Amino acid sequence: MLRTIDWTIMIVYFVFVLGIGAVLKRYVKTSTDFFLAGRSIPAWVAGLAFLSANLGAQEVIGMGASGAKYGIATSHFYWIGAIPAMVFVGVFMMPFYYGSRARSVPEYLRLRFDEKTRGLNAVSFAVMTLFSSGISMYAMAKLIQILHIFDSPFARMGLPPSWIFHFSLVISAVVVLGYILLGGLTSAIYNEVVQFFLIVAGFLPLVWLGLKNVGGWTGLKATLDPSYTHSWLGMQSAHTNRLGVEWFGLTMGLGFVLSFGYWCTDFLVIQRAMAANSMNSARCTPLIAAFPKMLFPFLVILPGLIAIALPSQNLTGLAGIHGSAPTQGMGLIPAKLDAAGQPIRDRDGAVLLDYDLATPNMLLHYFPTGILGLGLTALLASFMSGMAGNVTAFNTVWTYDIYQSYINKTASDEHYLWMGRMATIFGIALSVAAAYMATRFNNIMDMLQLVFAFVNAPLFATFLLGMFWKRTTGHGAFTGLLSGTVAAALHHGLTLPQGGIPGVKGGWLAVMHVYPSEMAQNFWTAIYAWTTCFLVTIIVSLLTRAHEEKELVGLVYSLTERPTQHGLRWYQRPVVLAVVMLAATALLNIVFR
Amino acid sequence: MGLDIRLPIGFLFAIFGGLLIAYGALSDPAIYQRSLGININLEWGIVMLVFGAIMLLLGRRGTKI
Repeated sequence: MLRTIDWTIMIVYFVFVLGIGAVLKRYVKTSTDFFLAGRSIPAWVAGLAFLSANLGAQEVIGMGASGAKYGIATSHFYWIGAIPAMVFVGVFMMPFYYGSRARSVPEYLRLRFDEKTRGLNAVSFAVMTLFSSGISMYAMAKLIQILHIFDSPFARMGLPPSWIFHFSLVISAVVVLGYILLGGLTSAIYNEVVQFFLIVAGFLPLVWLGLKNVGGWTGLKATLDPSYTHSWLGMQSAHTNRLGVEWFGLTMGLGFVLSFGYWCTDFLVIQRAMAANSMNSARCTPLIAAFPKMLFPFLVILPGLIAIALPSQNLTGLAGIHGSAPTQGMGLIPAKLDAAGQPIRDRDGAVLLDYDLATPNMLLHYFPTGILGLGLTALLASFMSGMAGNVTAFNTVWTYDIYQSYINKTASDEHYLWMGRMATIFGIALSVAAAYMATRFNNIMDMLQLVFAFVNAPLFATFLLGMFWKRTTGHGAFTGLLSGTVAAALHHGLTLPQGGIPGVKGGWLAVMHVYPSEMAQNFWTAIYAWTTCFLVTIIVSLLTRAHEEKELVGLVYSLTERPTQHGLRWYQRPVVLAVVMLAATALLNIVFR
Repeated sequence: MGLDIRLPIGFLFAIFGGLLIAYGALSDPAIYQRSLGININLEWGIVMLVFGAIMLLLGRRGTKI
C-alpha cells in the first residue's frame, strides 16, 4: 500500500524532528533553558505550541469521530469549550502566572497558598500526565496496526506482525525521548510548531477533496439530516439534539467549568506561555492560539461529517475491514465487529459504528500514494506533539515541584538540569508501561481517567478565587479542592446515563437521577464539583487566618499593578486581540447555528 | 533562541513540496482516480514548496513579527 515516496516523506520528517533537537542542544546550559526554554520564545511560536501541545491523537482522531457521530455540534468543544477560556487566561490570568516568576502552575499555588495545596496539585498532575501520554502512545500503536502501515516492511523482513505494536510504541518513545533530551522545552516547542504546520498541510487537502466530492457545505446540508449540520438546533432540551445535553449544561459544564479548568490551569498548556519572552508575549500566547483553534473544526470535524455523508460503499482496502464480507457501516465508517467478525449491535438492534476510523479512512479513501505519506506523517506528528507536551510538563513538575521541594532542596542548578533529563527518561519509560497497562486492563484505564476527571473538575474554582479574592487562604483552597473532588465522585456515584449499567459509568452508590447521555452526566458532574469547591473554599477561607497582604503582591488581582499596553501596536494588545477573537467566535456560532 | 524556527519549517516544507511535485509529475495518472482525477501530489506539492520558500525567506532575513 505505501510506496517508496511515502516512506521517504516519513523518514525525512523523523530526521528533521531529531535534527531540531540536535541543533538546539548547544543552547541548553541551565535548568531554565531546559524547563522554560530560557523564557525566550516569541509570542507567535509560543501561541502555536500552546495550540499544538493539546493537539494530540484525541483531537485529530477523536474530533473526526465526534463529527461523524454528533455532526457540526462538535464545534462546541472549540467555540464554547475553548476560545472563551483561552481569551480569559491570556487577558486576566497570565499576569499572575508570568509575573510571579513561578516556574510551574503548582509553584504558583505554593506562592499563593501553601505547601500542601502545591503538593496535591503537583502529585496528581504528574501522575495524570504520565497516564495521558501512555494512553496517547497506546492509541498511536493501535492505529498503526489497524492502518497496516508497517505490514509490508515487516513481512519483507520476516518479522511476526504482532511485533508491529511493540515496534510502534518503542519507536515513538525513542523519537520523543531523543528530541526532548537534546533540546528540552525549546525542542518540544519548536517541534510542536512544525507539527502544527504539518497537520494543516496534511488535512487541508483532505477537507478540500472531500468537500469537492460531496458538493461543498451546501451538498453536506442536502445529504445529511439537519441535526448534523446545525450546532444550536434543538439545544433547548437534551432530547432534541445529537449531543444529548441541553444548552445550560453545555455552556456551564463544558463552556465554563471544564474548559476554564483545562485551558486556565493545566500546566501542559500554560508552560508554553510561561516560556514566552515577555509579559506581553505570554499574554498574547493563548490569544494567538485562539485564532487557529477557532478554525480547527473545519480541519478535524469536517472529515468525520464527510465520511458519514458519502454513500455507503464497498470498503475493501480501508481500515477495519477483514476479508470481503459485506459491511453494514455507513459512508466510510465500518461497523464495530466482535471477535467472530459479526457486527456488534446495541439493545435496539442498530449496528454500532467504529467512528474512530472516520478520519483514517478518509485519508485512505482520498489520498493517492505520495500525499498519503504526508497525511499519515501528519497523523503521527499529532500523536507525538501530544506525547511530548505531557513529557515536558511532567519533567518540570517532577524536578521543581516534587524533587526540589521534597527530596533534594539545595542542589546545584546543574544537578536539577541532570534530574530533568533523568525525569524525561523515566517519565517516558513509565508512559510506555502505562501504554502496556492499557492493552491489558482496559477497565483500570477507564477508572483512572474517571478519577482524573474528579480531580480536575474543581480546579478552576481554586484558581479563580486565589487570583481574584485576596481573602482566600491556603486551608480554604486545600479543603475546597478535596471536597470538590469528593462531590464529583459522589455525583457520579449517584447518577447514570440513559441505558448505562451501574459501575464505571456511574450509579455505583445508588441511582438517583438518569441523564439523557454520558456527556450530560459529565458536564453536570463538573458543575457540581466546581460549585462545591467554590463554596467550601469561601467558607473555610473566612474561618481561617488571612495571608498578609504584602505576601500576595503580584499574585492577586487587587494587589497587582496592571500590565501596561503603552507603545504597543493594536495587534500586540491583548485586550484588542481578545475582543477580535470573541467577536469572530460569536460570528461562527451564528453562521453555523 | 539561537535557531530561527522558520528555517527548519521552510526546509521541511520545501523538501516535501519538491518530493510531491517530482512524484506527481512522474506518477501514473491512474492513481488519481481516488482524488477525483486531480493530480493532488503536483498541486499540493506546489503549495507546500511556495510556503516553504516564503518561510525560508522570512527566516533568512530575520523579519520580526
